[in-house]
Formats: sequence, C-alpha cells, structure tokens
Amino acid sequence: MKVMISAFVAALVIAALAPVVLNQFGWSSAEQTTTESVRLD
Amino acid sequence: MNKKLLGAAVLVMATLLFNPVWAQEAQEVDRTATGGAQTLEDIMARQKQLERDDSFRSENLGNPANAAPTTDPLGTRGGVSDSEGWRAIRYNEIDPSTQVRGPAADVLIQDGGMPWYKLREGPIITYGGGAILGFIVLLAVFYFVRGRIRIDGGPAGTTIERFKAVERFGHWLLAGSFIALGLTGLITLMGRSFLIPVIGPEAFATLAAGSKWLHNNVAWAFMLGLVMTFVMWVAHNIPNKLDWQWLKAGGGIFTKGHPSAKKFNAGQKIIFWTVMILGVSVSLSGLSLLFPFQMPMFADTFGVINSVLATSFPTDLTPHEEMQYANIWHSIVAFVMMLAIIAHIYIGTVGMEGAYDAMGNGQVDVEWARQHHDLWVAEVEAKQGKGESQ
Repeated sequence: MKVMISAFVAALVIAALAPVVLNQFGWSSAEQTTTESVRLD
Repeated sequence: MNKKLLGAAVLVMATLLFNPVWAQEAQEVDRTATGGAQTLEDIMARQKQLERDDSFRSENLGNPANAAPTTDPLGTRGGVSDSEGWRAIRYNEIDPSTQVRGPAADVLIQDGGMPWYKLREGPIITYGGGAILGFIVLLAVFYFVRGRIRIDGGPAGTTIERFKAVERFGHWLLAGSFIALGLTGLITLMGRSFLIPVIGPEAFATLAAGSKWLHNNVAWAFMLGLVMTFVMWVAHNIPNKLDWQWLKAGGGIFTKGHPSAKKFNAGQKIIFWTVMILGVSVSLSGLSLLFPFQMPMFADTFGVINSVLATSFPTDLTPHEEMQYANIWHSIVAFVMMLAIIAHIYIGTVGMEGAYDAMGNGQVDVEWARQHHDLWVAEVEAKQGKGESQ
C-alpha cells in the first residue's frame, strides 16, 4: 500500500515538474499559440 | 371652342412633361464617378421597376486586350477564375505567401477538418464508449456466472514474495498514470457531449482545462512506468511452449484445473505485450499531439506500410492531417488499452482470490502461488534451498 501511494505521489510530482523541465529546454506546446510565434513583419 | 381645345392640349403636354418615366428616360446619367459602372440612380430606378437603358452594362463585356498583365500587382488572374482560385485554396493546391509565422501557416483551408471532427464526435465516441460499457457488463455477467476464482483448499497461511518494492512501484506508476490519463482523456473526448448538458459549460471549462493539464503532464510518468516495467519484466515475458499449454487449458478459468506457469502465465504475457506495444504507440501519437506540428509521423508510417503491404495510404499529408491522424489513432489505441486494463483489473481484484496481494504488499499465499505459478514457486524454492545450503 505504501509503495502504491508513493508511486501515485511520484506520478503527480513528475506531472508538476514536467512543464518546468520542458520549458528549460525550450519545449512547450503553449509556445505555438503565443503572440511571439505569430508576427506581422 | 378653340380656347378649350388649346387648354386641353396644354394640359396633356404638361402632364406628359412631368411624367417621371419620360423624365428619367430623358435624363442622361453621369457614370464617370463609378468608372462606367451603375450608379445609385441606376439602382434606385431598377428598384422602382422603371424603364431604363441597360446598354451601359449589357455592352460592357471587357476587352482582354486592354487587361493588365498577370504579372502586374492587381493584374488579372489569367486563365484562372475566382472559383478555381478558391478551389485551389480549399484543396491546398497553392503555394501562398503569408505573413503569419508557423509550421502550418501556409495551409489556408484544411479540407479534412470536418470529416475528422465528425469521426471523432461520432464513431470514435460511440464505438469506443460502447465497447467499454459493454465489456464491463460482460465482466459483471461473467462474475455472476463463474464466480470468484478461489484458492483450492483455502490459503496455506504462509506467504512468498511475489514482487519486490521497485517492481510494485513501477507497476503502480504505470497503473496510476494510466488511470489518470484514461479518465482525463475520456473527459476531453466525451465531455462536450455528455458533461456540458449535466454540469454546464462554465464548470466543464474548468474541468476540461484541468484535465488537459493533467493529461499532458502525467503522460511522462506513464512513459517512465512503461520503461521501468519493460526493463524489469521483459525477460519473464518471452513466449514459450508452456504458454500454448496454458492457453489450450483456458488458463483454468473455465475449469477447475490449474495449468503450469512460471512467473507470468500466458494471460499475463498477453497483457504485458499489449500494454508495451500499445503503450509505445499511444505514447508516440501522444508526443505528436503534445508538440503540435513538431513530430509528424503518419506520412512516413503510411509510406512504410505502403511499401510492405502494397497499400495506398496517403503520404502527402498537411500538418493538420498529421495531427488529425495522430488524434484518431491515439483515441483508438487508448480504447483498446482500456479494455485490456479493465480485464486486468478484474482478474487482479474481484475475479481471483489472493491475486491483489501480489501488487498490494508483494507477498502472496504459497498455496495461491503453487496453483497459479507452480514452476515459479519451484524456482524460488530451489534458489532459497541453494542459499540455505551454501
């Protein structure tokens, strides 16, 4: 039971850290819709 | 008398003079402001159904010799009509210049959008949701017909370690994230049809945004769990002759016998490979959706399939089509996985006495282990015997 709960908590921790880590590497699905990616030259 | 006649003639002439039809016809319309095209006066006259000279339109048919060259700005369109131009845009047969920056910006109209939407909102929801509900009903019927698979002769009371903590951690990481992904995926797919009528659009908007966040981010835990369980268990899941014997005996589900098995029986191996193969597939299509237009893979996949099976799947896909294929494939694979996992959850909990302990605390009853994994118990006992004798 302890192992199961710790695995669930680990899944949530990974979920919380994932966007932070991805942003560090410049990977973000949100970037496709920011105003920066749509410019009028 | 002459005066009366003269008066009548003057009255007639005056009447004719002030007749608006005569007045309009007599008036020349100045069309220089419209370049020869009809003016507001022309339009008003037509609305009043007045007689008018339409030759300024009927004879104004243009002269191709006077047309601006197709290469000039605002020049003519040459041999292409407006309708043909719009069709070219609709079917993405043009190479437009656009100021919008983005990987899919040069696709102005994506013709496959509505068929994808109808497939997603129609058959995918109907057949996918129907399959899950139908399968749950079938399992419930099976449970009431077959009953719980008991330990013959009852539990021995002594236990044997079935799975180490790290194995159970990998299993629950995979299982927990999969359940979260399944629920949030169903909310994303079906919420518009089934939840908005119940909880309203505002509550659903909050739920959908939270589901999207969790679905996108907990996917990494799922992939980690997939890798962990593959590394830990692949050696035990290589198919062998024993599996055929197990399958021929129906795994002992329909009979009272217990076919021999090592650490994993054929049924568990089927679940293992189903989860691994479909898990990789759902992860790849999920990554393609997670990073829009960055990881197109269906055109290449279709190319390989065409070369092997001589099929004719489309290989010239727009970025949007790649995403639509990824979305539909992601849904189909997820539904098949959900069916397999529902069966797995059934047999691991209510369907079989003593099975849950394997993943609960890792310790299973020795008698349960002998009945379902006799060869594995013999291996473990042989190892323990060696350890004690050394």
